[in-house]
Amino acid sequence: MALFKIENISIKGMSACVPKQEESNWDYNALTEQEKKLLIKTTGVVTKRIANNSTTTSDLCYTAAKEIIKKTNCDINEIEILIFVSQSPDYFLPATSIILQNKLGLPKTTIAFDINLGCSGYVYGLSVIGSLLATTKLKKALLLTGDVSSFSVGKKDKSTYPLFGDAGSATLVEYNEQAAPMYFNIQSDGAGFESIIIPDGGIRNPITPDSFKEYEVTKGIVRSNRSLKLNGEDIFNFSLREVPTNIINLLEFAQFDIENTDYFIMHQANKLMNESIRKKLKFESEKVPYSISKYGNTSSASIPLTIISELNGKLKNHKSKLILSGFGVGLSWGSALITTENLICTDIIEYE
Amino acid sequence: MISLNEFVKNIETELDELEPGTLSAEINYRDLESWSSMYALIIIAYVDLEFDVTLTGDDLRQCSTVKDLYEIIKSRL
Repeated sequence: MALFKIENISIKGMSACVPKQEESNWDYNALTEQEKKLLIKTTGVVTKRIANNSTTTSDLCYTAAKEIIKKTNCDINEIEILIFVSQSPDYFLPATSIILQNKLGLPKTTIAFDINLGCSGYVYGLSVIGSLLATTKLKKALLLTGDVSSFSVGKKDKSTYPLFGDAGSATLVEYNEQAAPMYFNIQSDGAGFESIIIPDGGIRNPITPDSFKEYEVTKGIVRSNRSLKLNGEDIFNFSLREVPTNIINLLEFAQFDIENTDYFIMHQANKLMNESIRKKLKFESEKVPYSISKYGNTSSASIPLTIISELNGKLKNHKSKLILSGFGVGLSWGSALITTENLICTDIIEYE
Repeated sequence: MISLNEFVKNIETELDELEPGTLSAEINYRDLESWSSMYALIIIAYVDLEFDVTLTGDDLRQCSTVKDLYEIIKSRL
């Protein structure tokens, strides 16, 4: 099992940026009033932010990064690792992280690369950036995560369109010998790779004019092979089966009593699913914040976005034990037990 | 395990948008006019919490009545 501990790393601060344009599922007219009510109750998504066609994930992450650098008075020459976690890069190549290194004015001595993950991306990204920073003993590192998922979901597909929102986040991580250890439990299962997939556009199924041809799957679900395809039932089964066990194993490894957790922050996938996980682990609802009603499923930005949106004031002047858990596309999942101390969060920035 | 009748009643309570009395053990629930894919998720969540049995997408595709569901759960307890 990929259970491990990282020492001497702390999270200094976080920032998140969302597009200004908001859409409400109450206005989603592909559904009847009754269906809207049921969708909102089950998924928890009321509103979400949608990027306009010229806004990319890197624009949102760039804005978030600038803000956290400013708010923490960080000397950018001390940032020598930049990781961009996303499934909506600027280009097929080069890696978006490298473009961001230059745009942010980080030194040419920076290690910069992308990680192609979605729902599990924040926890994965934190484990990679933490390990790298701990080994290199460089001073600071930037973890940028997020997606503009709206590029791959069409209004004619009620199984995906109402769920996803766009967002980017930035987390400033630093080398700190006084930091409490971070613990991780990271997993993957490629047997479920088709459960959430955009079939066309890679080398396996290159883009052809047919890729954009729409077809009806069932009533209310019309999509093309260039759209995101999501099997909700399979994802639901996977999450209930794997996530609680993954967290129990993490806490056993860290010898940490679940009751000492201050907050349990889950990837914002679906309210009913997340609530089922919460109940299985017997967390009180006060310890489990949600931002899904305001922002929908924001992929790898969902954990920092939830922390900023729901816990900002609560983590500011405290030492807190947080469990983070990301799960979904891949299939890929992981959880982390981290300690934050006087965490600095910016406000959520709106991108015009 | 609870009786089939109770199970039907509980499922109907979970799917609280359904008119009471619409569901029976033998009816093909997919034929219900108000059937929604959201109901599948609600059923998976309820069964998981109540019986600690995690239904798969395939299980649900193979079932067409509440009785079929009941039998699958019973066989996994």
